[in-house]
Amino acid sequence: MNFQFTQTDFFVLRPAILLCLFGCGILITDFFIEARQKFFNALTALIGRGFTGYALWQQQSYLKANGLPELVGLSGAITIDGFGIFFNWIFLIATALAIIISTRYLEIEQEHHGEYYALLLFAQTGMVFLATATELVTLFIGLELMALSFYVMVGFLRGDKRSNEAAVKYLLLGAFSSGMLVYGFSIFYGIANSTKLADIAQAISSRDPKDPMVFLALATTAVGLLFKIAAAPFHMWAPDAYEGAPTTITAYLSVASKAASFAFLLRIFQSPLASVRPTWEPLLGAVALLTMTLGNLAAISQTNIKRLLAYSSISHAGYILLGLVSGNQTGLKGIAVYILVYTFMNFGAFTMVVAMRNQKIIGDDIDDMAGLMVKRPAYAVLMLIFLLSLAGIPPTAGFLGKYYIFLSLIQTQHYYLAVFAVLYVAVAAYYYFRIVKVMFASEAVERGEISDSAGIRVALAVSAVFTLLIGVYPEPFLEMAQRSLFASLR
Amino acid sequence: MLDTALFYIFAALTLGGGVLTITRRSAVHSAIWLITSLLGVAGLYLLQRAEFLAGVQVILYVGGIMVLFLFVIMLVNLDQAAKEKRFSGQKWIALACVAAVALQALWFVSKGAGRFTLGQPSIAGENLGNSEHVSRVLFSQYLLPFELASILLLVAIIGAVVMAKKRI
Amino acid sequence: MSPSYPEAYFPILLQVGLAVLVAGGVLVTSHLLGRRVRNKTKDSPYECGITPVGDARGRFSVKFYLVAVLFILFDVEVVFLFPWAVVFRELGLFGFFSMLLYMALILAGFFFVWKKGVLDWAKRGR
Repeated sequence: MNFQFTQTDFFVLRPAILLCLFGCGILITDFFIEARQKFFNALTALIGRGFTGYALWQQQSYLKANGLPELVGLSGAITIDGFGIFFNWIFLIATALAIIISTRYLEIEQEHHGEYYALLLFAQTGMVFLATATELVTLFIGLELMALSFYVMVGFLRGDKRSNEAAVKYLLLGAFSSGMLVYGFSIFYGIANSTKLADIAQAISSRDPKDPMVFLALATTAVGLLFKIAAAPFHMWAPDAYEGAPTTITAYLSVASKAASFAFLLRIFQSPLASVRPTWEPLLGAVALLTMTLGNLAAISQTNIKRLLAYSSISHAGYILLGLVSGNQTGLKGIAVYILVYTFMNFGAFTMVVAMRNQKIIGDDIDDMAGLMVKRPAYAVLMLIFLLSLAGIPPTAGFLGKYYIFLSLIQTQHYYLAVFAVLYVAVAAYYYFRIVKVMFASEAVERGEISDSAGIRVALAVSAVFTLLIGVYPEPFLEMAQRSLFASLR
Repeated sequence: MLDTALFYIFAALTLGGGVLTITRRSAVHSAIWLITSLLGVAGLYLLQRAEFLAGVQVILYVGGIMVLFLFVIMLVNLDQAAKEKRFSGQKWIALACVAAVALQALWFVSKGAGRFTLGQPSIAGENLGNSEHVSRVLFSQYLLPFELASILLLVAIIGAVVMAKKRI
Repeated sequence: MSPSYPEAYFPILLQVGLAVLVAGGVLVTSHLLGRRVRNKTKDSPYECGITPVGDARGRFSVKFYLVAVLFILFDVEVVFLFPWAVVFRELGLFGFFSMLLYMALILAGFFFVWKKGVLDWAKRGR
């Protein structure tokens, strides 16, 4: 028994420890908070966010001060590098935004409980491990921690049949995909006799690239991961889960869970599977193409705005995958920028749907937004910004993400993919502009009332400011994306 | 020799139990056959010298999960379930899936066993039992996932209470 | 430590065989030797017990299910105690504290369940 828990290990784990501490704290203190004052839980959760942010910032500055590319803790189970820190910031921002938009919404739904905030924090704990763990068992438990919290949060509106159905569908398909994934992991372990990603990478690269064992591991792991990012043909759960979930959770799910799953996917495909790139590159290219096709075409006919945004987020996953297909520095930088931008613009769009929810209507029909320009012009303009960015029209940030992805495709001679990707931007613009048309050109309807709160206003403002800022002044964000790349690519 | 014979017995138990689980009309009978199947798996673990895993299989699956299954069966309306048509409309899809898996299996068999080489297990402390091995790695190399598992269980407890309790 | 497989499990095989033999034997002998009386009381599940009421396929309250789920979750937790106990001496204080942390988190869950009143089945104040 020569195991020691060192200072470094503690330092590496600190953000996760703080998250768990606050999660448990909220669970316990919730018992002493009266029903009308549940927003205290949100406050506690936000303070927890502050502490976690500080721990994260310490890690970042430690790496910078000592000029280290990475910091390995727990004998290789956790690696703090630019990549992990970048994604951790995204999770932190997304969770904080999700907390502040939730208080009002949960009160309207009459499901304002402390567990909700605790689950948000536990979900983020899982994400932290997805972005920083470099060992299969830790990665898997991190994934399950995130997924399990999400299953519960998706079904949090317990009186609502749609929410229940969404939770069950998400749970069943999520469990199935986890099974596939863990099957792949077991083969990885069989190949390398180690669960550390570095050992697995070495074992795979020393093998014949056409080894059927490696192919089996690749196929099963890829199916599991593609399920998690909702790439076609494994996307069926996404529209139902997004539609039925509480809208605040839909916003969080579409942004944070997707970012975490992409962090996981990028880590697996670039570290252990890097040496078999010729095998998976065409496969992922086909999946990306199919994802963009299905996502964009299915979005056209939607009348429910949550479903529409669900299909649009499926198509965005396709674009992000393209960055991995091209796989050069531009492409991977493009992925980082895209995910950052996507976080703000997609969260903003869903926050608008949250704001549409009031005592009388659910507000997730596109027609509920009719005539918003006349009634609340500020909100209509904000929504316009998010939609323009989602469509990828300059000067918004969405353009920047797409620009880097397309550039990388052309640099690596994936001309067909580039042509399709550009064509689908036109399709996407069509359905985003349907919402714009309803907002600006239709007669106002009485039922579509905005019922906002300070939290929603702050979240909308933050999302809109960053959506514009990244588009207009991208340099610091590009530098951030550059730092997030793995050392071998920098 | 005996190992091989036992392997076939346990494998037959597992597969036969599995087939009977999905073909019985009564949900309770299905559950009983599932127990048989799970016990067969436990036997297979034992043959692989994984005593700890076999024990966990019996305690958790046969003991715990089956209790849960029986409770779920008590929750559903069995009279209604008995009247529902079974295997409706999925026949061809299911057959297609089976064919795909069979082709895959054929492909693997045609490659020959020699193509499927695995890493060599490192055997440290040969004279230790399986449980000791598991414990040693669990409390050194996998301490972090172990502690994380307790958080996972905590989330599961919260989830169960949130989803099933009328007033939380 | 471990004697050659599968001989080590011979006693268990013996036990299983014996159990099957006794159970099957009792059934067969009572079938062969017993007198056959059929009436309504004989066919009821508990001949000398409570008279059955209603259909056995009635639906149960979800409370039972919740108890079953919690049982499994705590069961999983207990399973982890077993390997810990096996190497407890080797692990020393470090192992003790790592298990303490684990138990603390589970106890937080137990406290949660308790305070939520999941274990209170009778309505309060009656």
